[in-house]
Parts: sequence; C-alpha cells; structure tokens
Amino acid sequence: MNVLVYLVPAALGLGLVGLVAFLWSLKSGQYEDLDGAALRILRDDDLKDEGTRS
Amino acid sequence: MTQTLDLSALARTREDGACEMELAVDGMSCGGCIAKIEGTLNRMPGVVAARVNFTNRRLSVAWTREVVSASDIVTAIERLGYGAHPFVARVAEGEDAAEAKSLLRCLAVAGFAAMNIMLLSVSVWSGNVTDITPETRDFFHWLSALIALPAAAYAGRPFFKSAWSALRVASVNMDVPISLGVILALGMSVVETVNHAEHAYFDSAVMLLFFLLCGRYLDRAMRKKTRAVAGNLAALRADTACKLTDCGCMNEVPASTLHAGDRILVRPGDRVAADGIIEEGASDLDESLVTGETLRREARAGEPVYAGSINFSSVLTVRVTAAGEDTLLDDIERLLDKAVKSKSRIVALADRAARLYAPVVHTTAALTLAGWLIAGASLHDAVITAIAVLIITCPCALALAVPAVQVVTAGRLFRAGVLLNSGDAIERLAEVDTVVFDKTGTLTLPEPRVVDAGAIPADILAGAARLAKSSRHPLALALAREARDAQPVPGATEIQGQGVSAVLDGVEARFGSPAFCGVALPRDIPAGASAIAFRHGTREAVFLVQQSLRADAVAVAKALATRGLRLRILSGDRAEAVEPIANALGITDWRAGMRPADKVASLEALRTQGHRVLMVGDGLNDAPALAAAHVSLSPVTAAELSQAHADAVFMGAALAPVVDAVTASVRARRLMRQNLMLAVIYNAVAVPVAIAGLVTPLIAALAMSGSSMLVTLNALRLRLPARRGSGTMAAAERAEPARLRTT
Repeated sequence: MNVLVYLVPAALGLGLVGLVAFLWSLKSGQYEDLDGAALRILRDDDLKDEGTRS
Repeated sequence: MTQTLDLSALARTREDGACEMELAVDGMSCGGCIAKIEGTLNRMPGVVAARVNFTNRRLSVAWTREVVSASDIVTAIERLGYGAHPFVARVAEGEDAAEAKSLLRCLAVAGFAAMNIMLLSVSVWSGNVTDITPETRDFFHWLSALIALPAAAYAGRPFFKSAWSALRVASVNMDVPISLGVILALGMSVVETVNHAEHAYFDSAVMLLFFLLCGRYLDRAMRKKTRAVAGNLAALRADTACKLTDCGCMNEVPASTLHAGDRILVRPGDRVAADGIIEEGASDLDESLVTGETLRREARAGEPVYAGSINFSSVLTVRVTAAGEDTLLDDIERLLDKAVKSKSRIVALADRAARLYAPVVHTTAALTLAGWLIAGASLHDAVITAIAVLIITCPCALALAVPAVQVVTAGRLFRAGVLLNSGDAIERLAEVDTVVFDKTGTLTLPEPRVVDAGAIPADILAGAARLAKSSRHPLALALAREARDAQPVPGATEIQGQGVSAVLDGVEARFGSPAFCGVALPRDIPAGASAIAFRHGTREAVFLVQQSLRADAVAVAKALATRGLRLRILSGDRAEAVEPIANALGITDWRAGMRPADKVASLEALRTQGHRVLMVGDGLNDAPALAAAHVSLSPVTAAELSQAHADAVFMGAALAPVVDAVTASVRARRLMRQNLMLAVIYNAVAVPVAIAGLVTPLIAALAMSGSSMLVTLNALRLRLPARRGSGTMAAAERAEPARLRTT
C-alpha cells in the first residue's frame, strides 16, 4: 500500500491544478464572451497587425 | 444652428485618466463585424482600447478626452453601418452577473471535491467487499473529510445563507432541509470516521451540493442573459433630448441625463423626454403612450406635458420638472406599490412544495429515531438511521424539478421572442383563464400606418414618400415607412405645422395638411384616422393614417379563444376607437375610457370572481394593471416602467408570442408536475429503505444522482418538438379545438 503515499497526493494535486486553472480562467474573463471567442479564433488579420506594431 | 450629441455625462473616467463607455451595438451578425468595428476604432487617434463582446452585443471603448469625443466614436460606428447606443448598465444586471460568477466558482469547487471524494469512496466501497485494511479505510475517510469540509463550507454558502435568512423570519424554504441534510451528513461522517466505522457519507453530501448548484447556476445564467438583452433593448430605445443651454445653444443629450430645471426643445415629431411645463409655444400632443387616448390634446404655455407623449404640430420649449427615474405621475406610482404588494401573495409551486415537504421530512426523521429507540436499538444506531433518512430525502430532485423545467422553458420562449422577467411567471401563465388586452400599442402597432396605401397609384405613393422623408412629423414618418427606399428630394422646404414643398420632376409638389396642398378633405374619414394630402401638379391624393391592428391580432384572438380563454379589452381610448377593433377581433367584452385606477379595479373584480388574469399592455397607464394582474406581458415598445412591471416582454411586430407563452407554459407546468411526482415516487421508494436502516452510502449516492438525472432529462423533453400540436401558434391553429382544451 506504499504506492498510496504518492498516488493520492498526485491525484489530489492534479485535481487542484484543474480547479485553479478553471478559477483563473473565470477570473480573467474568458467566459464573458463565448460566442465572440468562437469567431475571433478564425481571424488571421491580427497576425499581420502584430508584425507591423511591434 | 449647430447641434452636437453630448454624451459626456455617460462616460466614466478611469484611473489612468482615459474615458470609458459601454455601447449597445445594433446590427452585428458575424466575426467580420467584430474585426471591422474594433479595427476602425483602434486605428482612430485618441482611442485607447475598443473591445466587442459579441455574446451580449456590446462594445466597451476607452479614449482620451483631449483627442476625440464620445460622439465622434458613435459617429464612426454609425458610418460603418451599425447602430451604437450609449448604455448604462443597470444595477440589477451587475448583481446578477456577479451572482452567476460566484455560483460558477462554488460549482467548480463542489465539482472538484465531488470527483476526488468519489475516487476515494469507490475504493472504500470495493475494498469493503474485498480486503481493505481498517487503517487504509480510515485514512481514506480522513482524506475525504479534509476535502469535503472546506469544499462544503465554501460551495454550500448560497444554500446556508438562504436557509438562515428564512429561519430568521421563522419560515421554511427548500434550502432549510438541504442545509440541514448537508450539515448532518458531514457531521455524522466525521463522527463515524473517528469511530473507525465502515461507512461515511462525505460523497453524498458533496454530490448533493454539486447537483443543486448546477440547477441554481442554470437559473442564474438564464436570468443574466435575459437581463443583458433587455438592457440592450432599453439602450436602443433610449430617447435623446434637445437641451437648451444658457448661451442659447442646443445640445443633443441622452434623456437619462436630464435634470429638473433643464430647458428642452421639443420639435414636431419628437417624443417628450421628461415631464415638464410648457414655457413657450402651443401644440397638439399625442399622449397615447401615457393615457391610451389616441385623440390628440391641445397644449399651450403653462400646461404640463408628460414623458412619452409625441409632439405633433409645432416647436415647444419645456422646462423639465421631473426627469430620469421619477418622470411619472404620482398616482400611477402609488397604484403600482399597492399592486406589487398584492402580487406577493402568490406562492410559487416550488415554495408551496417546500412548505409541505420540510415538516414531513423532519417529522419522519424524528419518528425514525424514536421508533428505533423504542425497538431497542442503541442511540448511536438510531441517530445514524434518522440521519440517513434526512440525507436520502434531501430534496435534490425536488429542488431541481421546477428550476430545470423553468430554465428549459425560458430558453424556448427566448427563441420565440419572449423574455421572462421572473421564472415563476411560467407557472402563473399556465393558470390563466382570462386574457385582458390594452388596445393602443398592444393590439395595434405602436406606430400609425397608412391604411389606404393599396388604393393609391404607386408613383403617387413613391413621390409622397420622397417628400415625407424631409419631415419629422409623425404622419410624414408613417408615410415614409411605406416606402423605405425612397430618396429625399433635394431642396425640399418644410413649413412648420403645414407641410413640405419641393420641385419634383420639374413640377411643384406639396405634401402636408389638405389645406396646404389645396386638396378637398374627404367627408367619410373614419374615427381615429388622420388625413394627410399630396399634390403633384394636377394629381392629388389623400392618405389616411391610423393606428392599425398587428397583422396577426385576429389569428391570436382566435387561437386564445379556442384554448378556452376569455378575452377582454380594457382601453383608455374612446369607445368609437375601441369598438371597431373589438369587432374585428370578435371580442364582445370591451371597455373604453378606462383610467389606470379603473383598469386595476376591473382586474380586481375579475380576481374576486376567481379568474386568473393575463394582462397584456404597454402604456404607462397600464403599468399598475400589469402589476396587479395574475401575470402580465408587455411588448418591447412599451414604456420602460410598464416593462419593468410585466412578468415577460415580447419582441417584434407580431402578437403570436402571447399564444406561444401560454402554450409553452401549460406544457411546462405539466412537466413540473410530472417532475414533482417523480420526486415523490422516488421518496416513496427510498424512505422506507432508509427507515429500515438499509441505506449504505452507495445506495444514497446512486439514489440521489439517479433521481436528479431523471428530473433533468424529463425537463429536457421540452426541447423536443411538440408532439401534440401545442408548441407553436401555427400548430395550435391546426390542432382541433377540443383536444387543445384538454391539454
């Protein structure tokens, strides 16, 4: 049963990482505009913009 | 005279000194629109940032005050072909968004905890029938406790708070048994863990929270979406006012920024933006939105004008007496307070169930405890069994049964163009047996129409429409709507209060009052209609402009009548104007000349006779009646106050959403009852098992998730197309009346 010593913390740790990632994405407003995000990902004109701006 | 749109009152100043504003954008339809708007604005000098939110069709923009102004930004967006409307978020909308966000956080925590505890629990369950050592089991239980206790303390807050506030006023809601169940399950599990027992209920408690939070979050998300759309609509309709400054300049400002004491100029065709007193000028006012009366009132200097009325003939200067929130007649406000109070009598189905449910559950648990003690069981065993009863009867299914159906129905109505203000409106809509309509703006279209356009040669109509484009007069606007693509005639001149003249195809053309055009007025003008004339050389025509019925009003009246509903019209207008409409719709029960108080009294009389009334109305004069009715609907064109007091708002020029709302609600109520029945059956099976002391954590977990899934899936049946022809109005018309009455 020694395997539990690292398996249980690993399982919990992974779960916590998921939870923190979700809370971070919620806080950073990634769920504010779901329809817009679906459309924005198809845009490629911002690539060119970045090139000229930087 | 120069005029500028002054939006500075709506902009906020950020910490870094830049101004910031939210705009509701009209006409966005694809990803290209996002790129176009953001690209154009971000290239504008002085704009710091522009970001479109496509989900709720809003744009948030920040700029530096010195370089550009808010009106430049609005103009730039309008030049791209979109409508941009400055927007002030209402407090309620922000609160809802914050609440939905905090529920999502609770949901995430509960989900994380439920998954990990399940992981441990499944090991214990399988270990219990094989070879788990007591030490490992205790370790797993302690680990579960470590996850469950903080997670429940965090994720359970919405329930604990609501239960506590109910208990403080000595009442019971659904959250009381939920909180009690969760706390007891956790407490008992800790005690069992300390005693090295085989079973702990951490998984049940946390899963219960997870399922319930799902229901709550869905409910909030629905309300958030509705509020966002309603907020945009309010911004789209927001009136501007022409404010006279001390230096004599005119400034176009949003009506919401007016203050008492401001002087505003009301041109013909303008809607009066605020209550006030006429300082200069005399004119005819159309107060149909305020009183329902379609006959125009002559107002002169010193007389009061009310927000929402339309100025018809000449320019008025008005000193504002009340603006913004308090633009209302005092008695309408007072009536409203009373009506809103009377509505709180109605108890929602879920709350009624909770009131019955909580005492029954608590008594059953107490009896189980007493029964086992009398039967000679130890105190420990008796308490464990009693708590198992509490856990298994936790109203998981019951708490999901009603909200799940509400959410699905609201989504369905949303697509049909009906926005719900309150979730329990669905239940009340389903109980309706009488429908009361207001006339002006509800049965009729909010804007007058040319009624004899079909009888006039097309080239005359087109010519008249071109001249009409040069005027802001309401009758001219009605004619301009008939030919949307007509181009205004260059060089057309308007003579205030008389009409427009221009040279059209080399011949003088006049459009305006019959006297101005030299056209004889026809003798048989129907009541409530206004005549406007057109002369082009020797050819002449008279147009009759009238409030016309919504296109599908007759079909809707018929569909409602076939459902067995009584129809009635209560109008503030004159009898001559109401009668033809009532006849056209086949409604025999109509009253005219009703003041707001009369309408409320009439609804009260219906209520005491035992009728459940659906009120459909739009005017300020309807607001008290909307609040007093059992349930109420308002078109989006309604006065803002009326909308606020309606249970639902419907969009578009059609009246069909009224039928859709009723049919969908009847179907929803049937599903709610089914769901409640399912919850009762579940309890009837599970409770004896629990009382007998046979509930293991595995059974509790299975039973709870199983019943939750069942009611949720049952609610989702609403999304399936209606099989019995009760889904849409078209289907309702096709179906035979007898069958409709039974559904």
